[in-house]
This record gives sequence, structure tokens and C-alpha cells, in this order.
Amino acid sequence: MPPLPATIDDLQTALAGQRYMAERSLTTAIFLALKLGKPLFLEGEAGVGKTEAAKVLAALLKRPLIRLQCYEGLDINTAVYEWNYARQLLHIRLLEAQGKAREAEALENIFGPDFLLKRPLLLALESTPAGPPVLLIDELDRADAEFEAFLLEILSDFQITIPEIGVIRAAAPPVVVITSNRTREIHDALKRRCLYHWIDYPSFEREMEIVLARAPHAPEALARQVVRFAQALRQEELYKAPGVAETLDWIAALVALDQHSLSEAVIADTLGVLLKYQDDIGYVRGGRIPPLLLQARG
Amino acid sequence: MSHLLANLTQFARLLRAAGIPITPAQVADAAAGLAWIDLARREDVQNVCRALWVQHRRHLPLFDRAFDLFWRQQAGAGEQAEIPGPQWTSLRLMMAQEGALAGEGDPEKEPFSAYSAVERLRHKPFTALSAEEMTRVRNLIAGLNWQPPVRRTRRTIPARHGAHFDGRRTLRHSLRYGGEPLRLARRARTHTPRPLILLCDASGSMAPYSRMLLHFAYALSVRLAAVEVFLFSTRLTRVTPHLRRRSIHSALDQIAHHASDLGGGTQIGGALKAFNLRWARRLLHRGAILLLISDGWDRGDPAEISAQMARLHRLAHRLIWLNPHLAAPDYEPLTRGMRAALPHIDHFLPVHNLHSLEQLAALLETLPG
Repeated sequence: MPPLPATIDDLQTALAGQRYMAERSLTTAIFLALKLGKPLFLEGEAGVGKTEAAKVLAALLKRPLIRLQCYEGLDINTAVYEWNYARQLLHIRLLEAQGKAREAEALENIFGPDFLLKRPLLLALESTPAGPPVLLIDELDRADAEFEAFLLEILSDFQITIPEIGVIRAAAPPVVVITSNRTREIHDALKRRCLYHWIDYPSFEREMEIVLARAPHAPEALARQVVRFAQALRQEELYKAPGVAETLDWIAALVALDQHSLSEAVIADTLGVLLKYQDDIGYVRGGRIPPLLLQARG
Repeated sequence: MSHLLANLTQFARLLRAAGIPITPAQVADAAAGLAWIDLARREDVQNVCRALWVQHRRHLPLFDRAFDLFWRQQAGAGEQAEIPGPQWTSLRLMMAQEGALAGEGDPEKEPFSAYSAVERLRHKPFTALSAEEMTRVRNLIAGLNWQPPVRRTRRTIPARHGAHFDGRRTLRHSLRYGGEPLRLARRARTHTPRPLILLCDASGSMAPYSRMLLHFAYALSVRLAAVEVFLFSTRLTRVTPHLRRRSIHSALDQIAHHASDLGGGTQIGGALKAFNLRWARRLLHRGAILLLISDGWDRGDPAEISAQMARLHRLAHRLIWLNPHLAAPDYEPLTRGMRAALPHIDHFLPVHNLHSLEQLAALLETLPG
């Protein structure tokens, strides 16, 4: 199990080693989450690298990543634990065959650890040989407010109470990363237990670093134009501005099309990689490409 | 270290005064966190405090400003920093103007003599109410009962005749009969009221109605948990947090302070666009009902209104337009803005007196879920 980075600079270098170029403020937040053993709550627009932060963290700490994708109606049975009904019923049949089915004690055993199906949150409390896992609770804003209540006990005490068994406590607390696209506000009670960090769109220099690290085969001149174009596009009035993920997709698309620089025609053809709303695409195609291209060429 | 802790405590107190809530536990966390870093790097100190103390994006600029201010002063005279409090202005001027307008109606001409007093009030236009009647109508508005339609959620609870199988309870139950699952336990989906989003035109042409409509918005926010209220004139202002105040008067004061463009011209298309860009994705994704209150007088581009209304209509569960002029017998939706909006409206209702608000409440109750 590799030791935790000793300083913020060490962590910054380690993240860069995983091709994750973080702002120093984000690195500080991650550093504190590791040192203080607190969950990290990352908020930001889609495609700025929130989920990626957790993946990279797991990779650099060499720990398993446990991911819980949130959705409306997510409940204890899917997120925490479930009883294995089929096995329980078979076990009862077995007891019957052995003539023990009337013994209350034998029946009570079927609500024991042997019949428990562990879901992501419970799994995250178990330490592995590589150390406690990294738990990613992704897009928490997609779950409903009721689900947040389940999380409170886990996030503050790293423990889960199962009525039939008792309290299950983590030997060593997992590294917890929660992400939200902010389609709704998360309750303060949950935020209070976390370190909060808002990931903004990166600056031009930072985005260049990211693109060069993640798309090493792309010509640098093309990368420069692509990043400038994406940066300029974020200044336009769009329903959904492109994130860094879209920039990376776009440059991959342009490389696949053997392009060495941007042109109006190729932009118009590949705009669907950057923008995901018909209204936005229509707006940009309707005369915004030439001025944006001018800015991209610098 | 104790010097640092004293500074942190004082800094936290300053932030609390500026409206960022910070618990003593968070101060202790920061002290613990700062032990891990090089205190000479001011940027890192700032990042540590920010990561531990700021939990809302809207607090970030305030925090950064306060940090600069505090540590600069700390380095200088060592005095406690002071953030200038917001200067409250009041809505009273606007209210006074409306009061004058309210006196203009001539109740003698209205054929209401056959009705009882309350009945008369229910049908009297907001613009014709005297100051005393206004108070009574306001109380009646506060007493209206709102039951927005419900939406079926994806969360389930135990229920006798639910559609879903509940394995855990079935098994629990079977233990009483030697493990024989005699009765299948079931679960059913829960229901939750649909959110209401209120977009209220507060431009000059709507001024005679603004006051009563604000009371209406306040009554809605008090009665229902999921209500969002926006005012627009030349720009869009979210007033939901201000309406959550305990008294309507402090709510109105806050609104007057934050929406300084009230009573100005109208840019319906621009306001709707601002809503679509900034808020729609966050507020309309759970089957919300959108109430749009406006007379449709607009100086902007009708094409813009049409495009933005189409988008709103796609996102909202129901789009209801309330127009105070709709009740006039000779009213026809001829304004350019209104004509552009009409194809995208589910329900078109008047909103000029108490009775029309009751009609709205009745419509909400009968809307399918």
C-alpha cells in the first residue's frame, strides 16, 4: 500500500503522473480529504473531471474503486445491502428436511452475514489487502433527497446499521468522493460532513496541459486551436457549454479525421461532438462559426 | 498555534457575520488541516480554509474577498475586519404608487350589490380594491388551499396492494409459519407533489397587480414546500429565498432590494431565455408545473418569445399562463408577445381577482398526475 502523499506538491505531481492536471485548490481539497479522513464533495458542470478525480485517486493510491451511480429511487437494497432470499428459502427447506424448522434459533440464523448480499456502500467499509477502497458516489443530485439520509451515517462515522445484525464499522475509513452536477441543491446536513470543492472550467493554459496529456498524438497547433475554440464557445450563451470531456472527444474526432487545423466546414460537420442540444448547434451554425474560428486562430 | 487558532476563530466570526455559516467543528478542522501545510504559503492557507468552510458556490467570492480583507488587516493594524452590510432599500415607494392607483377604481359602477360582502370581494378586480379591502383580500389569499397534482416517484414503501414484491418482509413474515411464505408482502411507489415554478412579470404595465401577485407568491411559498418564484422586468431575479422570510413585509423589503428593475420595461423573451439558460435544467427536471404571469406586453422580439416558450413547454409538465386582462369581455390576445406565446400554453387563465386565483387552485387540483 503506497503511502499517502506528504505534501500538496507531492500530490500535484502524483496526479499529473496519472495525466490529471488539477488546479492547486482542487489538489489542496483532495490532500485534506486524505489527511483528515473526510469525504470530498465535488460540484461542477458536466465534463470538468469530477468522476475522473476519483478514478485517478484510486489509481495513484493503488486501491480498488467502488462506484455507486445514483438515480431516483435508489434505496438501501441496491446501495447498501440485500438479503439473499433464494438462499434463505432454500436454507429453510433444508432445515425442514432435517426436521429443525421448528427451532426458532435455527431460523433466526438465516438473517446472518452468510445470507447478506453486499452492495457498494457496505463493500466500501471492508478493507482490502491494498488498503481501504476509494468510494465514488457519482451524480448524487440524480438520487432523491431520501437517499441522502442513508448516506449521513456512513459519511460521518463510516458505519452502517443493519437491524438484524448490528453495526458494521469500517476498520479503516474509505476515501470517499461524491460528485454532483448541481441539477438540484444537496442538503446542508450532508455537505457539512464533507469538504466542498467547486470545479470550474479550466483556464486556457490548464486545458492545453490536459489536452496534451490526454491526447498526446494530436498536433500541438491543432490542440491550441481546439482549446481556444472551446474556451471561446464557453463565453457564448449556450444551454450547455462544452466541458473538458467534450474538448477531448472533439480533438480525438479531429485526429481520426486526419485534420491538422480547424476549418469552417470541419467545425460544422463535427459540432455534435462539442454541443449536445439542437438549439445550441443551430445557434452556432447560424453565423457564429466564423468569429469563433477567428478567435481560435488567435 | 494558539495565536493561529485565535485568528481562525475571529476570521470564522467575520464570515458568519457576512452570512457564511461556520460551526466550531469546522474551525477545529481548519486548525487540524493547517497543521499539515506550510503556513508561509498564503494561497494554501486560503485553500485549506475554503475547502473546509465553504459549502456553496455562491459563498466562494464572498469568502475570497473576506480572506483578502481579513489577512491584509491582520498583517496591518490587527484590527477586526468589517464587511459593509448590504444597504436595504424599501419597496414602500412602489407601494405608495400602487396605493394611488388602487383608489382610482369606481365601485359605484360595479353591479355587485346583490352579492354578500365576501362574494363581492372575490369578484372585485385587484385594481379596484380600497386599502381596507386589500387587507381582507390578502388574508383570503393567504387562506387559499393549494394542492398541486402529484407525481409518482421511483421510491417504494411497504403497501398491502403494491405492484412490487417485498422479499425481505415476505421472508420475515414466513418465519412465523416455519418458513412457509403464506403471504406475499408488497411495496408500492410513493407519490410526491409536483414543484410549482412561478415566473411573474413585474414590469410597469403589470404594476397595478404586482402587489397582490407578490402576496399570492408569498402565500404559495408558505403553503407548499416545492415552490420557486422569479420576478422579471428587464432582467430575471430569483426571489424564492426572500419569500421564505417569516413576515411578508421583510420579504417585500428584500425583494425590493434585490430586484431593482421592478416597474421598468418588459423583455419577456430575454427573461425566459435567462430562465432557460440558468435555471430550467435545475428546476424543471422533476415534472414541474410552470405558472407564467404576464399581460404579454413586450418590446422585444416575438420570435425570441416563441423559441423560448417552445423550450419551456418541452421541459415543464404543464405550462399555465395567467393574464390579468383575460377577464375583460373584449380582450383578445393581440399583443405580439401574447400571440407568439399562445401555441405553447397548456392553460390560459385570468388573474385579476380572488375568484381567478380560486379557479387556478381548482385547476391545479384536477390536473392529472
